[in-house]
Amino acid sequence: MTLSIRLGADIGGTFTDIALEVGDRIFSTKVLTNYSAPEQAILDGMDAVLAEAGLGYGELQIVIHGTTLATNALIERRGAKVAFLTTEGFRDVIEMRTESRFDQYDLNLRLPAPLVPREDRFPIGGRIGASGAELAPLDEAALRALVSVVSQGGYGAVAIGFIHSYLNPDHERRARDFLATCGLPISISSEVSPQMREYERFNTVCANAYVRPQMASYLDRLQERLKERGARCPVFMIHSGGGLVSVDTAAEFPVRLVESGPAGGAIFAADVARRFGLDKVVSYDMGGTTAKICLIEDYAPKTARSFEVARTTRFAKGSGMPISIPVIEMIEIGAGGGSLAWVDPMGRIQTGPESAASEPGPACYQRGGTRPAITDADLILSKLDPDNFAGGAIKLSTANAASAIAAHVGDRLGLSPQSAAFGICEVVDENMANAARVHAVENGKNISDNIMVAFGGAAPLHAARLCEKLGIDQCLVPPGAGVGSAIGFLKAPFGYEALASRIIGLSAFDPAAFNGLVDGLKETARRFVAQGTSGTILCETVAFMRYRGQGWEIPVPLPDRPLTAADAGLIRDRFRTAYARFFGRAIDGLDGQGAGLEIEIVTLSVKAADERSAPTPVTLTTGTRSAPAAQLRDVFDPATGADLPTAIVTRDSLAAGDRVAGPAIVVERETSTVVTSPFDVVKQPDGSLLILRKGA
Amino acid sequence: MTDQTQEIRMQVMWNRLISVVEEQAMTLLRTAFSTSVREAGDLSAGVFDPQGRMLAQAVTGTPGHVNTMAEAVLHFIAEIGRQNMFPGDTYVTNDPWKGTGHLHDITMVSPSFKGDRLVGFFACTAHVVDVGGRGFGADGKSVYEEGIQIPIMKFAERGVVNADLIRILRANVREANQVVGDFYSLAACNDVGHQRLIAMMEEIGLPNLNQLGDFIFSRTRAATLERIAALPRGAWVNTMITDGYDQPVKLQATVETRDGTVNVDLTGTDGISRWGINVPIIYTKAYACYAMKCVVAPDIPNNWASLEPFTVSSPENILNAPFPAPVSLRHVFGHMVPDLVLGALAQALPGKILAEGAGALWNIHMSVKPTTPGGQRAEILMFNSGGMGARPEADGLSATAFPSGVMTMPIEATEHTGPVVIWRKELRPDSGGDGQYRGGLGQIIEIEPAKGHMMDFSAMFDRIGPAPRGRDGGQAGANGVAMLDDGTKLRPKGWQHLPEGRRLVLHLPGGGGYGDPENRSPEARADDLSKGYVTK
Repeated sequence: MTLSIRLGADIGGTFTDIALEVGDRIFSTKVLTNYSAPEQAILDGMDAVLAEAGLGYGELQIVIHGTTLATNALIERRGAKVAFLTTEGFRDVIEMRTESRFDQYDLNLRLPAPLVPREDRFPIGGRIGASGAELAPLDEAALRALVSVVSQGGYGAVAIGFIHSYLNPDHERRARDFLATCGLPISISSEVSPQMREYERFNTVCANAYVRPQMASYLDRLQERLKERGARCPVFMIHSGGGLVSVDTAAEFPVRLVESGPAGGAIFAADVARRFGLDKVVSYDMGGTTAKICLIEDYAPKTARSFEVARTTRFAKGSGMPISIPVIEMIEIGAGGGSLAWVDPMGRIQTGPESAASEPGPACYQRGGTRPAITDADLILSKLDPDNFAGGAIKLSTANAASAIAAHVGDRLGLSPQSAAFGICEVVDENMANAARVHAVENGKNISDNIMVAFGGAAPLHAARLCEKLGIDQCLVPPGAGVGSAIGFLKAPFGYEALASRIIGLSAFDPAAFNGLVDGLKETARRFVAQGTSGTILCETVAFMRYRGQGWEIPVPLPDRPLTAADAGLIRDRFRTAYARFFGRAIDGLDGQGAGLEIEIVTLSVKAADERSAPTPVTLTTGTRSAPAAQLRDVFDPATGADLPTAIVTRDSLAAGDRVAGPAIVVERETSTVVTSPFDVVKQPDGSLLILRKGA
Repeated sequence: MTDQTQEIRMQVMWNRLISVVEEQAMTLLRTAFSTSVREAGDLSAGVFDPQGRMLAQAVTGTPGHVNTMAEAVLHFIAEIGRQNMFPGDTYVTNDPWKGTGHLHDITMVSPSFKGDRLVGFFACTAHVVDVGGRGFGADGKSVYEEGIQIPIMKFAERGVVNADLIRILRANVREANQVVGDFYSLAACNDVGHQRLIAMMEEIGLPNLNQLGDFIFSRTRAATLERIAALPRGAWVNTMITDGYDQPVKLQATVETRDGTVNVDLTGTDGISRWGINVPIIYTKAYACYAMKCVVAPDIPNNWASLEPFTVSSPENILNAPFPAPVSLRHVFGHMVPDLVLGALAQALPGKILAEGAGALWNIHMSVKPTTPGGQRAEILMFNSGGMGARPEADGLSATAFPSGVMTMPIEATEHTGPVVIWRKELRPDSGGDGQYRGGLGQIIEIEPAKGHMMDFSAMFDRIGPAPRGRDGGQAGANGVAMLDDGTKLRPKGWQHLPEGRRLVLHLPGGGGYGDPENRSPEARADDLSKGYVTK
């Protein structure tokens, strides 16, 4: 068998990360993201890692790429001018949103402008009803007249979104045929996002059209430049659902690339979970500006059917726009190393979402920042070594950190810099803990049942305290965590999720119609996957279900075989079990009053992915010998509220199986892993650190 | 260090308590059957100390529950009695005067015991699909006609549900399964809050909430009083004319700033209506406080101490209607109260307060019936919003709920609920009041029963008569219109009929403008024209 040579490239907001896998070795680098020519940063990074590995472009077998470019285009509103064709009577769906305010008490609230302004939205007669039947015919004369308007209007792309098109796409397809002569890329909502709820679906198809010309041109350029350098391998894109798609698919459905970078992080954590055989994991990724938390069960990250991007106001829910596509579900809050601390009118310490970013950076960076960030508090609490931060690349000033914390937090509250720093860390840790707890509840899980996998520059500093707050007993800090997403890309399967909204009551379950629908979804999903792999393709069918009358659906996995009429009972039982897990108990027939409530399927999902070979398993060790600490230093311990003598050890000095009693700090080039007093730390055979509760 | 560490631990616990009630509210949101809860966020949830003082409340879609729930808990404590409270209990009522203003809102309160010590209460409120009687509408002549009344009683004692209550409930409401389902959802959401609170207290080693309560109350009281002290002293009067049921109704408010309090007095408001549009004072107070908080202390969380300085007084009138006045549509006038109060505050704080807007949501409850065999019956509720008033530095928000915080539902979902076709739901051009800043646009809605069906519908509309007024020289927004597609005018409130083949056409009001129209920039005017917000 030849050596596998695979490369992952992740374009993030600040850095472009490259990870090259050669057999079982990883070569990685970080270069600054190049906004005007994003592909240049990738090539620069590739030059560096290929040189280090002694390989050429021609030897690469696959390049897997993820990028925030589509997300950034939506955030910064740098997309194409889009003509949006929609059902007559519904011109303003994307402007009227949910008719609500995301902040109850702010009378000066500004709502984000719609992606397509009103003058570019064209109502067309014709109507499909809620059964999928045609209520009014498509206005073909209006479409014919529109061709010249769109051709001559300076548009870069066309989006089409009609009411109930997820049930019957006929009008959308015919409208697309009429507009074909315009020579513009056309996106239709029944293909981009065939889900019920017109605002979300219309916004998603508009977003797809909006980023499409830009992404297509970027992907062309990237492939061209790679070819120039001698690369002969295929390029695949990572999508928001965590699978790989071909460049052609990506160019047609670029909205599926939104949030692909964070997806890589979740896949990275899922791979760690698989190697260690951990079936319940919560991934915790804390970088410079945000923290992201994702639940991973049976080695697969949780997925959702829609999410919100481009939030305009302090990460507030509702201040962005909805995108209805399959996505790895994670919660993201404004809590990173650069998040700024401040005091509110009640004298409460608050952290974030405003961030010191990389310029000017936290006060301790000595680059002109004067406001205290989380990193400043970490430094004051001796979690960081001022002379050895980022491998010594940035010299940290404890004095600057102390004066920033005193000026903005400590003096106002009468707290010493150390107490104020403790307060800042407690508040940010509490915010993350609350977010994680609520996210678990939203998914019907108990957070303390999980093992944490922590990565990203700031996570190892806070992970142990977070575990204390969440009642989690074990936390793994894997090696290579700094470029986790790019490494995650290399582990991603070829995968695609196809969805269809269809309301099916179980009391009138029609197995033939149901099986036909699932078969259609399977074929769609398999077709996308087959573009990248000749391996075995596995399918997973999930029904999103509720009691009729409710508005929130819960996922219920279905068997991967044709269903019969008798299976209605099986589906009902699975739903009731899932419901009880989410909400305490199933509620039909609660008081013995007959059959009770109808149970219905609202959306069906089929995920297809190729079978991955299992990674080399690693056995979790709780330690075979205790390693003495070479050095002790007094460090503030949050659980006891006291300065405790703390072991300081370097990660490299520990051998597999070495166990160090907490409190301890394990230092390495990029960051430090802080082990608080309730925990010990154990070096694992693969180089990971296990933070382990004493006695557990 | 110990004192300082203690200060920080208190802050962290306060955060946790807010997270606990958010989780409590979310549980309700996800399990509720009632459209207004699940789609629109018409619910509230909070945690209280053993004396019944509210410690924290979830931010939800309904300012109408801001302090109604806070007062409700005191009634529960008084009527149940501490000696009759046991672990596993849940108490319930829909008394409009002790709960949140009409029978459709079910309030549940659960004591939280740590061991055998009572450490606090959890309360939640949600609007249920049906409470029997005449249905959700303005046509009742007294509260007796508006549905089943549940006095404060035990829904569950030591975990055992009151089966007699459930049987009476089932016999009295339409859609019994969904209503009973919602009762269980309410009880479950209090359970979630209770479990999280006890877990927090155990983790931290907290025997009770006394110290934390003192910390929360002293901090919020001080911050609120500081804001009130910064207001100018005086009393300012505002009046407003609204549609009423069959004749216009005058509302009047006097806002007065005093030492450490702000009072809204409603003397001068018209008397009690014969129809179900009256408001219990508790609900009036919620919206009056909401308006004052938006202006005075928007960033201070709701709890007993931050709400206490805001007071409301009123003789008996339509905004302080006593039992047994009919109150089913109390939300329409409740939603007018913020514009009423803001109009008075605008005199105290010139240049700071937005113009009037549509105010009340344009809710419509449709009862669809087949005209031929094989059709479908359905009860459908829709929420729709007109335009908000223009702000001192920006145009008003178009088709956006204010003061209510609820969301509209997708029309695709509405059409799946029952046999209706929504032919149109889009912005209403030329409806925003002109001014330096333009009022938000209303919207136009057209609804038809599906083929083979007809419907009766309960109208809950206002501002069809007097339009939302502009401020500081801004012009009024467009008033609302409710009619059939053949031009037949409809009444703003009450049950009415829509035959097969006819369409109901609603033009929702636009918001008032702010400032002299002369000062509107040419760019803004050109943009209005090119987008079709203004057509002439």
